[in-house]
Amino acid sequence: MQSSLSSPPHASSHGTPNRAAIIWAALIFATMLTWLVGERGDAGPAITALLMTIAFAKGTLIILDYMALRRAPLMWPLIALGWMLLVCSMIGLAYWKGLAA
Amino acid sequence: MTPVSAPDSASESTARRLPGDLAIWFFILAELLAFGVFFVVYAFTRANHVELFNAEQLTLDRTSGAINTVLLLTSSFFVVRAVQVAEAGFSRRAAPWLAAAFACGAGFVVVKIFEYAEKIGAGISLSSSTFYMFYLSLTFFHFMHVILGLVIIAAMWNGARTGRYGPDNMNGIETGAAYWHMVDLVWLILFPLIYVMR
Repeated sequence: MQSSLSSPPHASSHGTPNRAAIIWAALIFATMLTWLVGERGDAGPAITALLMTIAFAKGTLIILDYMALRRAPLMWPLIALGWMLLVCSMIGLAYWKGLAA
Repeated sequence: MTPVSAPDSASESTARRLPGDLAIWFFILAELLAFGVFFVVYAFTRANHVELFNAEQLTLDRTSGAINTVLLLTSSFFVVRAVQVAEAGFSRRAAPWLAAAFACGAGFVVVKIFEYAEKIGAGISLSSSTFYMFYLSLTFFHFMHVILGLVIIAAMWNGARTGRYGPDNMNGIETGAAYWHMVDLVWLILFPLIYVMR
């Protein structure tokens, strides 16, 4: 009975505990990477592209796995991922505009 | 002879399903749109004041921002575990996971209050500069979403504690979880955009 606490008796539509934990570890690692970039004072187009790519990757994990949109009707993950891609791209475009100014 | 029920149960187990209440997803889309507009307006305003934004960004505490990111991500993980446990039929066992999620969210609030107190103590306000106007208004807008999320998690905790959730009654806990993950999602852009990108 004790094992059922960490391992549900049937497959969950919200993924498995192990998958959720691995995703959490990946998200924390990515956050540390972002923090490190900030602490080092790294800047420039490549760094901004890296930061936005990390943000998009983290957002994709949240949207598909934690929000469980991976198993939702296709329209919903596409809208959420499309929002993420659009916002990250616009931020990148604005950064480029700032360089040119 | 193929059993008639086999294809039905197979299709049920693989059927695509939107978790939680449909209404919360329309609310989430509206919230994502609002945050998205704010983020893009911030980015294009920065493009016209790069030196000012870069200089004043250095006064922000990136470590506090990173700690708050870790707290929100960990809180989201605990909420996922609560949903998984509830779906497995152990509603009451979801309560400790939700209590842990609440504690992490409350930790975010405490860190943010210290951050705001330090800035206000230094005489910084909405009218100090364009950068601080964006910093304070964007982070406070998000902060209010965290407060609402904590109220929702508390309600979910109460429901789990009383055995309300289970494989046949997931709507409430999935709806609250979706909102909380949205609060996490927008912070994942807010943190690098305001605290790190330069």
